Amino acid sequence: MRRQINILTNTDWFTVILYLFLVAFGWLNIFAVNYSPDDGSFFKLEHRYTMQLLWIMICLIMILVIFLIDSRLFSFIAYPVYGFSIFLLLVVLIIGTAIHSSKSWIMLGPVSFQPSEFAKLGTALALARYLSGYNVKITQTKHVFASLAIIAFPAFLIMIQPDFGSTIVFGALLLMLYREGLPGWILIFIVLVAVLFLAILMLTQFVVLSILGGLGIVLFSVVARKPLVFIIALLIAGAFSGSYYALSYYSVFETKNIYVLLATLGFVSIVGLFYTLIKKIKGTTLIVLAFYLSIGFTYSVDYLFHNVMKEHQRNRVNVMLGLESDPYGYEYNVRQSKIAIGSGGFAGKGFLKGTQTKFRFVPEQSTDFIFCTVGEEWGFLGSFGLVLIYASLLIRLIILAERQRSGFSRIYGYGVISILFFHFAVNIGMTIGLFPVIGIPLPFLSYGGSSLLTFTLMLFIFIRLDSTRKAYLI
Amino acid sequence: MEQFANRKNIIGGIILLVGLIFIVRLFFLQVVNSTYKLSAESNTRRMEIVYPARGLIYDRNGILIAHNLPSYDLKIAPYELEEFDTAQLCEILNIDIQKLRDEIKRVKQNRNERFNPIIKQLSPETFGKLKERQYKYPGFYFSIRTLRKYKREIASHILGYVGEVDSNDIKRDPYYELGDYYGVTGVEYEYEKFLRGEKGRKYKLIDVHGREKGSYKDGKFDTDAVLGRNIVLTIDADLQEYGETLMKNYCGSIVAIEPNTGEVLALVSAPSYNPSLLVGREREKNYKILDSDTLEPLFNYSTQALYPPGSTFKPVNALTALQENAVSTSTTYYCDLGYYARGVKIGCHSHPSPLDLEHAIQHSCNAYFCNLFRKIIEDPDFGGVEAAYLNWRGHLVSMGFSKPLGIDLPFEKGGFIPLPSYYDRYYGSGRWKALTIISMAIGQGEVLTTPLQIANLAAIIANRGYYYTPHLVKHIERIDTIDSKFTTKHVVSIDTSYFKVVVDGMDKAVNVSGGTALIARHREIVICGKTGTAQNPHGIDHSVFMAFAPKDNPQIAVSVYVEHGEWGSSYAAPIASLMIEKYLTDTIAPYRKWIEKRMLESNLLKVE
Repeated sequence: MRRQINILTNTDWFTVILYLFLVAFGWLNIFAVNYSPDDGSFFKLEHRYTMQLLWIMICLIMILVIFLIDSRLFSFIAYPVYGFSIFLLLVVLIIGTAIHSSKSWIMLGPVSFQPSEFAKLGTALALARYLSGYNVKITQTKHVFASLAIIAFPAFLIMIQPDFGSTIVFGALLLMLYREGLPGWILIFIVLVAVLFLAILMLTQFVVLSILGGLGIVLFSVVARKPLVFIIALLIAGAFSGSYYALSYYSVFETKNIYVLLATLGFVSIVGLFYTLIKKIKGTTLIVLAFYLSIGFTYSVDYLFHNVMKEHQRNRVNVMLGLESDPYGYEYNVRQSKIAIGSGGFAGKGFLKGTQTKFRFVPEQSTDFIFCTVGEEWGFLGSFGLVLIYASLLIRLIILAERQRSGFSRIYGYGVISILFFHFAVNIGMTIGLFPVIGIPLPFLSYGGSSLLTFTLMLFIFIRLDSTRKAYLI
Repeated sequence: MEQFANRKNIIGGIILLVGLIFIVRLFFLQVVNSTYKLSAESNTRRMEIVYPARGLIYDRNGILIAHNLPSYDLKIAPYELEEFDTAQLCEILNIDIQKLRDEIKRVKQNRNERFNPIIKQLSPETFGKLKERQYKYPGFYFSIRTLRKYKREIASHILGYVGEVDSNDIKRDPYYELGDYYGVTGVEYEYEKFLRGEKGRKYKLIDVHGREKGSYKDGKFDTDAVLGRNIVLTIDADLQEYGETLMKNYCGSIVAIEPNTGEVLALVSAPSYNPSLLVGREREKNYKILDSDTLEPLFNYSTQALYPPGSTFKPVNALTALQENAVSTSTTYYCDLGYYARGVKIGCHSHPSPLDLEHAIQHSCNAYFCNLFRKIIEDPDFGGVEAAYLNWRGHLVSMGFSKPLGIDLPFEKGGFIPLPSYYDRYYGSGRWKALTIISMAIGQGEVLTTPLQIANLAAIIANRGYYYTPHLVKHIERIDTIDSKFTTKHVVSIDTSYFKVVVDGMDKAVNVSGGTALIARHREIVICGKTGTAQNPHGIDHSVFMAFAPKDNPQIAVSVYVEHGEWGSSYAAPIASLMIEKYLTDTIAPYRKWIEKRMLESNLLKVE
């Protein structure tokens, strides 16, 4: 069935305007970072702002192309696009150029291109196509695994470049799977494992174990529905570790804090198990089990990292995590970034007046740390506005996704939402010190042709799909 | 509605929650917390110190003695470094490659180290060579300072020298920062506050690599450097130089004072050294050499050496005796080649006898002054030796003895006139009397004075009873007055009328046959003088002479000490008379040229 409708009247102009605003605002900030009074002619491609303007032009042309394409085509080309992006990821591993020790770039003459960006689009399309297929239900285990495989394949290829930031972006697609019916606990589980993994590498064993222990006791008392259990467990833990220390103090045996902690946690958990058996409470056994597994996981990751891996592999992981790649020490980026944003104050220092921006105190400022310039030159008003616009865009996209009649359009829409949201949360989170520094760009604002083009294609394919939502039922 | 549609609310909720967390965090970062603003400012600001040139130093006639030369320190901006010809640079700088590498490493490792120069005080030649080739060495730049340069390489003991401050100086005066220069001794030290000027500060914007990006807030917080004030010394550069030339083969001192103002015309401490030695990169090396020299060229003999005054002390005793009516101008004493009394024997030389006071000064008769001193100390009016002694000592103190005069030079010594308690300790209370301390009569024994104090004594006699504290600075630019202690007239405790006989005696000592200092006689100028011999337990006695001229309306008062010169008349008197002649007539009369020649050709340093 086909209805003739006017594409332009059905286009969601609200989203388009937000997009145009973000791109224009991003360009202004890139200009602020890179402009210098003695730059000479504006029209030189060595200036980042000129280069970015060129990319914006290309994006506008691509938007036009997308609107000329029949929207049914996107579903048909989903797998070919995915296949092509996998092909590019394989190519980049062979002929790629390393920047910052990651082999992520394909150089085509003066233009460099990042296949990992393009792969986000390919994966979102392929996943939407797969999940919208007849008889595919994400509630079924084999479909869950197939979906995870579609995500994991490109993610793996990017991980060995290595580009940790871009890799974990693919994890964002779990949000889309969740919307389509993935059991909630799987999402929570994967998030927790990821958090634990990061925590093990970034914190000391003692801190990780303490947090695990504390978390375990809290969960135990919540599941057991007895707040008193929490206090009693703490008392037992205190008494046990106290006597342990007392014994070691009177030189019965020597000890380390970590041993005291382990012994205490072991004792408390065994007491907890007995309590579970006697009172016959449901679910708490699972908590204790999960706790043991976490500790096992902690030790195996730690062992793997420190004993199995070679020095250079360790360094690679650290570089991947951005832990030791910083010339001025790990904290430098975040500190300078916070100084830049914090010094903006309420109303900002004004366009082109940011000293942190101007004098390049923040590394990667036109790419991953572009938000610093927003914060410094436009102040709280500017950064507040930007967060507001981003949130509006994402919420608007949810509304659009929910009004789709076709499964492909809706699922693809959530793919776009998931990826944009993840970039937004991680990027701004790291510039204001709420998240570890993982180098991924802020969509539409950060400098970089590949990412701008990819996000534009991603967004406008969805807008195009939305514009014909009434015309087709795919 | 399909099964999982309500999950849109959860996803939307997560998005809104993250947005809210960001906004709250941003509010705290940007609006509540203000520390980040300060951090951003200190990040991007660099203070540069602008060093003013030190004030210039002129002599009393406006002759320039000390000025400044620019000096360049070589610094590195580590992030502007590019590849360069290391070997060539090392050759120009005359350092080895390893040192250069170490320096580059040092500034690269610590961001603050880049302010420390890699080489201080480049020589003008090196600077010239480097400046020409600077384009070849990006990342190297110069910072400018000034160093002392001496137009006349004289008066090192007066001028002192300039050095780098240490941590104690910084603690004492917060004006200073590490790397600053300040006057260490001499006038440079005493007038440091005027000579140094005020450092200026310039705030520059810098980027993360320390590169300059213009001035901070259009220079709103910059302060200009204030030039140091110029200083005019009381010194006559030509006379000073002449004195240094005369003393070049001797150890000792010349002090010349303008009697009616207290202005020091020349202050020669010998051996001297060239002030240019203690400037710049060579300073520390040269200081060590000078410091280890056994003749102690760094020691200021004029203000720090203590000698017994010898017979130059006789006029002091004469004045005191007259004031206390112990003797009159007509009192005569016999002298039989010395003074003999109850176990005391003080020899004298052959001269007519008996003598009155005036002729006793002319012939420097020891016996006369022993008698005179006994009369003072045993004066029954005081009812005891101690009281009479204290009274005598009081007159001496009024003439500037036993304490530093207060010249504007650091470390001036005060000399020594014992208090009665000193003798009580040695001889027991009440067990000493005039004869016990009779050597004080002729300026020997326990009494110690500086050459400056003897010059001041000559000025007091020239002025017939008053003096101004000797001083070295006549004028400070933009101040127009000098310290009031130098313009306060000190009237001594001797009546003016008593000076006539002393002055006449000193006139006869120089100008009348039989006088002890005939060699100092000048045909046109009436020089009044008194010879002395300062006893030296370690070897040959020191030659001492004090004089002033002309007799009426005196223009100059001088003291000369020549160590191991034995008699006052052998070295000190001729040198003093040459100084006086040079100052008053600007030349040496042909009939006195032989004296000058002899002084220049003799050498007492070889004796050592």
